[in-house]
Amino acid sequence: LNAFTGHLSAILAVASKNAAAVDQTGCFPNETLSALRQARLLGSMVPRTMGGDGVSLSAAMETCQALGACCGASGMILAMHQIQIACLVSHAQHHPWHQALLRRIAGEQLLLASVTSEATTGGNLRTSDCAPVLDGERFRISKEAPTVSYASKADVLLVTARRAEDAPRSDQRLIAVLREDAQVEVVGEWDTLGMRGTCSHAVSLRAEGLNCQILEEEFGEIAERTMVPVSHLLWGAVWTGIAGDAEARARAWLRRSMRQNGSTSHPAAYHLTEMSGLLRTMRARLHDATACFEAARGAPEGSPAQAADTNLLKVDLSEAALRVALLAMRVCGMAGYRNGTEFSVGRHLRDLQSAPLMIHNDRIAADTATLLVAQRSAFPRG
Amino acid sequence: METEITKIVLRSANLSVPDEELHRNSDLFALGMSSLATVDVMLAIENAFDVEFSNEHLCRKTFRSIDSLMSVVTELKQEQTSP
Repeated sequence: LNAFTGHLSAILAVASKNAAAVDQTGCFPNETLSALRQARLLGSMVPRTMGGDGVSLSAAMETCQALGACCGASGMILAMHQIQIACLVSHAQHHPWHQALLRRIAGEQLLLASVTSEATTGGNLRTSDCAPVLDGERFRISKEAPTVSYASKADVLLVTARRAEDAPRSDQRLIAVLREDAQVEVVGEWDTLGMRGTCSHAVSLRAEGLNCQILEEEFGEIAERTMVPVSHLLWGAVWTGIAGDAEARARAWLRRSMRQNGSTSHPAAYHLTEMSGLLRTMRARLHDATACFEAARGAPEGSPAQAADTNLLKVDLSEAALRVALLAMRVCGMAGYRNGTEFSVGRHLRDLQSAPLMIHNDRIAADTATLLVAQRSAFPRG
Repeated sequence: METEITKIVLRSANLSVPDEELHRNSDLFALGMSSLATVDVMLAIENAFDVEFSNEHLCRKTFRSIDSLMSVVTELKQEQTSP
């Protein structure tokens, strides 16, 4: 544990040092990724039997939270990588090809990216138009994806597609594509308000591989049981990290201001209570939701109640994190508004503006309301 | 019951295949029914058969096919009539 803590401190120092430059230039955080690889963190969630560390989801969330506090984009990149690992571990670790891939991920510290978006499906995770074309034991696939984070840096791409060319759009499969078997052409800019280092460009993908690289399980099941809940938990951890650092900067600013004025009275200090309350709620919600997720893992099927819980978590945490950063800006005033000071919170605020949009909160709220309608009271009605 | 449930599924499940491809044992999720659409199907069935699904019925197994929906409705109807 001490060695791990030491590794983590070194990674966090690298991420902090490069965060402003990554944000300003929109470049991928190469130094942070190198540090993650050096500490062998890219295989941390791979089971021990396959050469990884077999860390729990909650441990992975803690790392993402800490990294997010230092560099939001780096935290989000690690979170997105871990989501893909979780999908492979939960749904494909018993298939020989994917088992070998997991061993390679741990051994060679491969970076995984997700190609779920598609130009023609309007951001709906659960529909695909592209389909693998089978030819004997091999397939080939083409996909036009409007948003793929760090596609040109990834070693493995997990691509959603229709099961076959004549299958309905909702009958999807997940395909593990190796970078060496793929042509990834970046076709769009990623000039955004925040999360600039994730380099989530539009991509034109051409790939091929063996048919056994296509996961057997329905993607709908993978999404419902693992990808969506784990995404919301890991994203929530990153947002909590960013918000926590914004609050820490606000506290530091208040301390300095109070020292200079020789008084503990400050007109903006009362915001700290709301910020602190929000952060405690966020951490408690994450803790509770992780426990519920782990408990439901053994159940044969997911339920609308679980789907509603995980959706509510995403909506609430994304809004709360943004509120904390906004209050931090209010507390720090011009020192927070100005870039390049130890109290700057502009990057935090801009990074967190992406939180309600990553699967739009309005869409999630409408869907969740429908799921909530279905739920019944646990108690008899008079 | 089969005819009524089939009508409800065709109306509410938002399937992505032609009507004639729906059979009583077809996997409705594979045919494009989303988790959200199951709520529409559930409310329509509750209305048509005057039953109320319990929380334990709110899972994919219940909504997997017309067959599985018929089993649940039959079970709920029996519960209503048993003393």
